[in-house]
Amino acid sequence: MLEIKNLHVRAEGKEILKGIDLKVAPGEVHSIMGPNGSGKSTLANVLAGREDFEVTQGEIIYRDQDLLDMDPEERAREGVFLAFQYPVEIPGVSNTYFLRAALNAVRKHRGEKEVDAMEFLKLVREKAKLLKMDQSLLSRPVNEGFSGGEKKRNEIFHMAVLEPALGILDETDSGLDIDALKIVADGVNALRNKDRSFVVVTHYQRLLDYIVPDFVHVLYEGKIVKSGDKDLARELEKTGYSWLQNGKPEIQPVGQ
Amino acid sequence: MTRAVMEKKDDLFEAMVEFGRSAELSGPTWLKERRAAALKRFEDLGLPTKRDESWRFTDTKVLKRTPFVPAVADASPGVDLSDLSFSTFGEDRLVFLNGHFAEELSSKNLPKGIRVRSLATALQQDADGLEPILGRYATSEHEAFNSLNLALFQDGAVIEVDPGCVVESPIHLLFVNRAADGPLLINTRVLAVCGDNSQVSLVESHLGLPGHPYLSNGVTEVLAGDNAVVDHYKVQQENSDAFHIATFQSHQGRNANVRTMTVTLSGAVVRNETNAVLGGEGGWAELNGLFLVGEDHHVDNFTRIEHAKPHCDSREVYRGILSEQGSGVFRGRIVVAKDAQKTDSKQTNNNLLLSDEALINTKPQLEIYADDVKCTHGATIGQLEKEAIFYLRSRGISESAARSMLIYAFATDVVGRIKVESLREELDRYLFSWLPKGEVVREAF
Ligand SMILES: Nc1ncnc2c1ncn2[C@@H]1O[C@H](COP(=O)(O)OP(=O)(O)OP(=O)(O)O)[C@@H](O)[C@H]1O
Ligand SMILES: [Mg+2]
Repeated sequence: MLEIKNLHVRAEGKEILKGIDLKVAPGEVHSIMGPNGSGKSTLANVLAGREDFEVTQGEIIYRDQDLLDMDPEERAREGVFLAFQYPVEIPGVSNTYFLRAALNAVRKHRGEKEVDAMEFLKLVREKAKLLKMDQSLLSRPVNEGFSGGEKKRNEIFHMAVLEPALGILDETDSGLDIDALKIVADGVNALRNKDRSFVVVTHYQRLLDYIVPDFVHVLYEGKIVKSGDKDLARELEKTGYSWLQNGKPEIQPVGQ
Repeated sequence: MTRAVMEKKDDLFEAMVEFGRSAELSGPTWLKERRAAALKRFEDLGLPTKRDESWRFTDTKVLKRTPFVPAVADASPGVDLSDLSFSTFGEDRLVFLNGHFAEELSSKNLPKGIRVRSLATALQQDADGLEPILGRYATSEHEAFNSLNLALFQDGAVIEVDPGCVVESPIHLLFVNRAADGPLLINTRVLAVCGDNSQVSLVESHLGLPGHPYLSNGVTEVLAGDNAVVDHYKVQQENSDAFHIATFQSHQGRNANVRTMTVTLSGAVVRNETNAVLGGEGGWAELNGLFLVGEDHHVDNFTRIEHAKPHCDSREVYRGILSEQGSGVFRGRIVVAKDAQKTDSKQTNNNLLLSDEALINTKPQLEIYADDVKCTHGATIGQLEKEAIFYLRSRGISESAARSMLIYAFATDVVGRIKVESLREELDRYLFSWLPKGEVVREAF
């Protein structure tokens, strides 16, 4: 599905990612944890194609294609989806109608028939129900005036409608109360299957109780310094990240 | 040295003065007198320059060098009008070719209580009735072009709505301009007299056909009686070499509601002066505008709302979308008279710059002589938000469609204020064809 090799990324002259290696197979869920500022969102955004970042070394292969050579919209149409840490508000653009344009762009790319207004409404209702989204959030402009939690839920709603092959979730759990967290996690789990993969960025074990990862990686100062299974997350919950500062962390390459 | 002497080199000015002096000024005696006075005022004022405060941001040099001659009646537009955008709204339509009424292209299916005539006809049939009104409201003493119109106009539209008459479908005035053989001066004139408790919607569209440059010089006067509701729209899509200079003037009575919207889609130099007078207590005045400026075109919106009486509200929303080397101006004057207490006025002007070379000058100007008033104003100048474009692209929408969506969303704030549905739909169609990837945008709204 995804293979990141020796990825180095700079922004405004500062090196942020310093050699990331990560391999995600179809159907796997990888969680990325790590202290503030370690580069988690940078990695997520580079995968989605944000242009503020400069890739100085390395490559990313996504389904046998050179991901870095693709525009953000091409990536989306090929099945890459980013649930943003900070979703933007877009006044005047309807949350539902824009999503129809997006879905049809994706479908057209895949050589599928575009959905008409009726089919789309049916789909939207179904997915909104899955995520217990308030009807009013659908007709309002994208994220405008949404609460923090509503914005996060809306990201997963978009993902549920677009049904990507690779879902990248950047701190989707932050700002969610416990009920909302469960709904969002259920939404993600409903999408899990043997072909679809997820990269889940989070600070909290809590989310991983619901979305159980196959692998957990610790990102620190632009590098993956430790990888393990779901127990690593539990361990981190206890120890925090202070051990990272005490001398050299033990580096374990990812393998599968 | 007087201004007239200083500006003597202007071809346009000289030609117009010459023309005015030699032509027999037509109409009843009172109008002849008014025309002579207007011509005199035009001579005294001279054409505006950047030294005139109200014309500071608008260059008239090219205009002044163009040898316009006044347009005579044109027999045919040379095209099928229904092929033009903004040419057809419902059943009642008056067509003017180069400012002259074209009866054979017009259709009227009017309810009782409203009369719509050409100005030339009205002056023949009912000169006395027009005497106290025509040219009495759009006075703008400082406005040379307005004076020129009064001195030289030959035709136009007169709309009279009886008290209490509610007109359901909009009255459409279609001005088609074409300078086939050489540069033309085209004077257009609209007078709407709406009685107490009446309701009516008026749509003016000014469409330019390819040809030589022309100067479309318009004046619209709207009188709204007590409790009247008048909804006025002007859409202009002049040709790329054309000049469009116009004055809108409304005067409204007690509890009357007057809305006007100016939509500018093209024209080399466009200037719309929009003036509203709240002349009775409890009135509501709304001035809205949308202007799209591209190429090296220039659009100047000069607005003035006068709160003459207490307890009136005014709202003003203008949005500009400027691309390439387009430049624009928004000036919003709000004048609150000494006894216009409890005035509530709100003005906003938002501008979207789509290129580094596009330019906007925006300037509110409040003159408040009363002490118990609420007046707010705000202006913004911005670009498309990069974050929003990336967000839309990350969902699979192409970059050009994402940009177009944001531009369209910006425009909808004004478009959504159009109450004449057929006009709103027509403007949407126009925007979807004007915007790159408009078909995707259409799907998203
Ligand atoms: N566009 C940018 N220009 C300059 N520096 C940037 C830019 N984006 C991120 N950075 C810096 O890169 C580092 C990593 O940021 P990033 O947002 O990836 O961290 P993070 O791991 O997601 O943190 P958090 O847990 O707080 O979300 C930070 O020091 C940040 O300030
Ligand atoms: Mg982050």
